[in-house]
Amino acid sequence: MEATTSQDYSQAPINQQLSAEDKINLYRSMARIRRFEQESLKRYQGGQMGGFLHLYIGQESVAVGTLSLCGPHDHAITAYRCHGHALASGMSMKECMAELYGRIDGCSRGKGGSMHFFAPDKNFWGGHGIVGGQTPLGLGLAYGVKYLGLEGACFCYLGDGAINQGAFHESLNIAELFDIPVIYVIENNGYSMGTSQVRSSAFKETLARRAEAYDMEWDVVNGEDIYEVRAKCHVALERAHKEKKPTLLELNTYRYYGHSVADANAKKYRSPEEVADYKKNHDPLNLWKTRLLAEGVLSEEIAKEINKEVRQEVLDAVAFAEASPTPGVETITEDVYWEVDNNTEAGNTGRHFFND
Amino acid sequence: MRTLLYRHALREAFDEELERDDNVVLMGEEVAQYNGAYKVTEGLWQKWGDKRIVDTPISEAGFIGMGIGASMLGVRPVMELMFWSFHSVAFDQLVNNAACMRYMSGGLANCPIVVRGPANGGTNVGATHTHTPEGLFAAFPGLKVVSPATPADAKGLMKSAIRDNDPVYVMENTLLYGMEGEVPDPADGDFVIPLGKAEVKKEGTDISLIAHGRSTLIALEAAEILAAEHGINAEVVDLRSIRPLDEETIMQSVRKTHRAVLVDESKPFCGVSAQITTMIQDQCFDDLDAPVKRVCTVDAPGIYAPALEVPHQLPTAKRVVEQVLSIR
Repeated sequence: MEATTSQDYSQAPINQQLSAEDKINLYRSMARIRRFEQESLKRYQGGQMGGFLHLYIGQESVAVGTLSLCGPHDHAITAYRCHGHALASGMSMKECMAELYGRIDGCSRGKGGSMHFFAPDKNFWGGHGIVGGQTPLGLGLAYGVKYLGLEGACFCYLGDGAINQGAFHESLNIAELFDIPVIYVIENNGYSMGTSQVRSSAFKETLARRAEAYDMEWDVVNGEDIYEVRAKCHVALERAHKEKKPTLLELNTYRYYGHSVADANAKKYRSPEEVADYKKNHDPLNLWKTRLLAEGVLSEEIAKEINKEVRQEVLDAVAFAEASPTPGVETITEDVYWEVDNNTEAGNTGRHFFND
Repeated sequence: MRTLLYRHALREAFDEELERDDNVVLMGEEVAQYNGAYKVTEGLWQKWGDKRIVDTPISEAGFIGMGIGASMLGVRPVMELMFWSFHSVAFDQLVNNAACMRYMSGGLANCPIVVRGPANGGTNVGATHTHTPEGLFAAFPGLKVVSPATPADAKGLMKSAIRDNDPVYVMENTLLYGMEGEVPDPADGDFVIPLGKAEVKKEGTDISLIAHGRSTLIALEAAEILAAEHGINAEVVDLRSIRPLDEETIMQSVRKTHRAVLVDESKPFCGVSAQITTMIQDQCFDDLDAPVKRVCTVDAPGIYAPALEVPHQLPTAKRVVEQVLSIR
């Protein structure tokens, strides 16, 4: 939890490759997520959205840092706290906000909602609601990349609460056994919903150490530092690309809000001091900004300009979502069967739906 | 016509599809080096090697989820459950991920997988190994379920299932693996049976016996008894495919005979036959001369006792005949 950067990773080769523009874009990418989530919260509380809303605020450096490493055959899949990964994968705020609004122009045509953002064209495979349920899928995406003879990998994200699910352990075993280029990223924000790490997991020192049981490489990463995230995850990515071997990474991070916005006890299981400390001393956006200011890469003026642009982008996304029509009733039975949607012979043979 | 065993008809389907499409990969417990727990995949590993025929650990959630993930990239995994009864340890993958992926992504993703294996009682292996979950999985929109009764249907449906771009769950039967039947020669062309097409296995005029899987053979046996001992000419409709369902063939038969008995190895509560019964009353109410009757597995977990399971718990021709006579 309290992992702090003891080493300067800015000079890691993968970080030396970053241009000033790249570094500013990493800032912009995190700022986009932060602002998108803040606006989502506002609109959710305003009653414009249904369901749950799991905010990524505080964890931005994890999705942004890891996904900044990805090439054309690298894929990503995550759980229900998926907005950050979606935006960092290159999805537009418009399609994401429209999905939250349940509108037809949402990325999943209003069928997935907050927990199920998808963009296969950007190698982003969701957005999954069941804790740990996505971990075999991430394994399969990496298996698929290898099967097809491509040099690629899959970043499969999960929370610290998911590490006790059986499907995850089955996935770790197969990943090492079959030499599958999957990188499991535990985003350890300290709490599985309202239950702290020490109350939910049996472990020695770190969670990622469980990888040793499977003879798998592992590492612990200070998730608040983009340089460290990129440096250590790049090692794992190279291992996946070159050796077709998996890695289990634990990225320590923190969420400012509750498990979801509906988390009634968000202020009870954590002290206000703990949250305040993270906001003040460990905020990934502030840390990166401070770093880039010190490096002379960023100025207050540029940062201000970026934040202004991002604010406008979010407002445009809200306007887009509000203008997007509600899906028609007929869409309820669309996107169920590929063969039906594509009007194939198979899709037209036999009864597929059993409505009254 | 040449004959094949049911298991060999399935193997021929795999072999042909492995040849046709490089992305088809068979995986499951003991499917490769062991030649399959029921010898369905015998010889395929020697022929196709490690990449195409994959032995997995006993880890159903892990390898089925892996297959679903890979299918989104265009790999076409055909995954064996040694018994369909083991579905329960992979249930999240089978119903949340495979069935809902396309929907949750608004049609952006699809999962062209096949999950297959035996789903039947009758071999005295107790409750945990005798589940018949075809009705259960057919209840999830997004999934397709087929249940072949003959070697030819097994081959033809399996080939269609592998080519289908949606998840298809194929329910086979250990009691049928050794059954012999006519299967068209590959030299006479590509043999496929579309999903969603029932087959009238025996024409008749007096009553419709509607079944799927091995229950079709029970229905055929009952039809012979009815003809020989009671002068009743029963028609036997084999659903073959549960979802999509060929309701046209079902209703046509009922409209012709005006009576129906459904034979279904599922448990009676909300089983496949329950769904079809409600469809018959809805669509053929005025054509019916008697209530629709069912013969299902007796409503208890699968019993071990050899003296009871097949003769008394599973559907039998005797029970089918009794139900027919009750509404003659």
